[in-house]
Amino acid sequence: MTALDTPTPLRPTATPPSRPGTGRVFAAVLRRDLMVTGRELWVILVQVGLTPLFMLFVFDTVLGSQGLVGRGFADVFLPGIIALAALTTALQSVALPLVKEFGFTMEIEDRLMAPLPTGYVAIGKLVIATIRGLLAAVLIYPLGALMVGSAPWRPAGLPLAFVVALLGAWIGGAIGMSLATTLPVQRINVTFSVILTPIIWTGCIHYPWPRLSSVPWYQVVTALNPMTYVSEGVRGALLPGVPHLPAWVCLTVLTGVAVVLTWVSVRCFTRRAIQ
Amino acid sequence: MPSRDGPAVVEVDDLVKRYPRTDTNAVDGLSFTVAPGEIFGLFGPNGAGKSTTVGILTTRLRATGGRAVVCGVDVGRDPAAARAHLAVVPQHNNLDRALTPRQNLVYHATYHGVRRREAHARAAELLDRFGLTERADRRIEAYSGGMAQRLMIARALTHEPAVLFLDEPTNALDPQTRLLIWGQLRQLRERGVAIVLTTHAMNEAARVVDRVGIVDHGRLLTLDTPTALVRGLAGDALLDLTVTPAGGDDPDALCAALGELPGVRKAERVATPTVPAGGRPGGGAAGLAGVGAGGAGMLAALAAGGGRPGAGRLAALAGAGLLGRGGGAAGNGGRGRLRIRLHLAGDPATLLGPAVTVLTARSAAVNAVDVGEPSLEDVFIELTGRQPR
Repeated sequence: MTALDTPTPLRPTATPPSRPGTGRVFAAVLRRDLMVTGRELWVILVQVGLTPLFMLFVFDTVLGSQGLVGRGFADVFLPGIIALAALTTALQSVALPLVKEFGFTMEIEDRLMAPLPTGYVAIGKLVIATIRGLLAAVLIYPLGALMVGSAPWRPAGLPLAFVVALLGAWIGGAIGMSLATTLPVQRINVTFSVILTPIIWTGCIHYPWPRLSSVPWYQVVTALNPMTYVSEGVRGALLPGVPHLPAWVCLTVLTGVAVVLTWVSVRCFTRRAIQ
Repeated sequence: MPSRDGPAVVEVDDLVKRYPRTDTNAVDGLSFTVAPGEIFGLFGPNGAGKSTTVGILTTRLRATGGRAVVCGVDVGRDPAAARAHLAVVPQHNNLDRALTPRQNLVYHATYHGVRRREAHARAAELLDRFGLTERADRRIEAYSGGMAQRLMIARALTHEPAVLFLDEPTNALDPQTRLLIWGQLRQLRERGVAIVLTTHAMNEAARVVDRVGIVDHGRLLTLDTPTALVRGLAGDALLDLTVTPAGGDDPDALCAALGELPGVRKAERVATPTVPAGGRPGGGAAGLAGVGAGGAGMLAALAAGGGRPGAGRLAALAGAGLLGRGGGAAGNGGRGRLRIRLHLAGDPATLLGPAVTVLTARSAAVNAVDVGEPSLEDVFIELTGRQPR
């Protein structure tokens, strides 16, 4: 440590720095979140794995062994579980840290003070959430297959499944960011339950959407949930033989929802960051 | 305004901020400028509008009206460009807990476009300057308040800003850390960095700030150098008397009696300190501050218990800087004590005699005498009142 009042040889008088390029600053902000994500890989694994794997175990292994569920159910269910992991992991991985960062620690201030339009910081958060969601989807596929002993495997459908999961993760991130930046901290827990539960149970994770024609009102309800299109998209890509919504419908709806929610979530974020 | 080296780096012009669902302006037509290499103190009571002003200048709040410019960039029009020129050290700890202290500096630099190799070099240099090298790779949670504050200032400097905003930089810090921080701020001024700071430690800040703006209710009450502000205050000198009135004597009447002495512009009751506080600059009692309560208290007890010493002796004690400011060891343990501040037009030594005569006549015991000049804090109280916000 240098002496307190001794002038130390520093750089010459501060000249106003020129503004660095937006791309470079964006990459630096992204790099921080990627580094943290990399370090928390096991956290994601637990966060991702537990609920879907328990669901698979109970619905397939337990109920299947009792003869309550048919043998083919796991094949229908696994694509839904992959879709669920993508959307909900993205949602949680952006919402929970944001509540903390905007809440009592205000850790995000340092990134908000970067010479970058605030919207880009929000977009960076969505990118990281999407990466985490996709990572979850990719991990749950083999883990789920190990759990139930088999899995639908159709390499030709993987690119479509990937794109659908990506859109689902992006949407999940946008929902999470909108919630975290608009709701008061004390209500965040209850809201998560209120939002997440219907997303899961009306998202066609367990059943193909066309077969809901036997309960028309419920079919309408599920059609309002973006999760449905993620489940159907992944299922259609991996199991073309099972009745499903056409891929173009899923992609169109998901793209539209993603565009709208991106606008909403970035706006919520910016309003929270700059008052 | 005093131009140091070139045009102002901070320009605030008729700035207004009204928060949604409120009837009054938090900032109400504020104007001032800050030159390169100037330390500008923005003082005001809680809720006066200084944090809002800093919030607007640092792009975290949007102004309702007026203009705020940092390094020629209108912060409302191009906040991202303005952020390249400025740095903020907030009052609360907003360090990135997911990163180590060193990473906090390195990543901050890269957020401002500094290349990683250079960022590492700057981080190492700043960690050394702020005495944090040995603890640079530990967890942030293990940091004390003082260390976190040093790290936040170091972080703010990694991208070499032209303007540094500090909110209560020495709040609740130990003297060593405060000394380090003030020293670093002086060095930054030498390098041409403009510093805008808000603080309640005014008398301490008075030694470093070049100019002071005092705000209240969102308006600028005064703007000048600390010396000029203090010189402009009503009296030239202060005489603080800590006394124990005789049983049955009315404290207000005692205060009024002292106020009627010739040469006294104003007499007022002020809070009695429970421990010897730091002396005011130039004050007669400053010599004992920080030495320990025992010494000051003993002298105060001597003065109080010595059968009411004569004016000459008290004046000599006060003049030599030997009297404490209300030491805790005197006779009744401080109960019933009264601290009366006399604002004087002339030399306090000439008034000490008559004051003691008044007190003796009313059988009041003198516990301590403190001679001093008005401080920046007195100017502040004079302008913004005594009422807590």
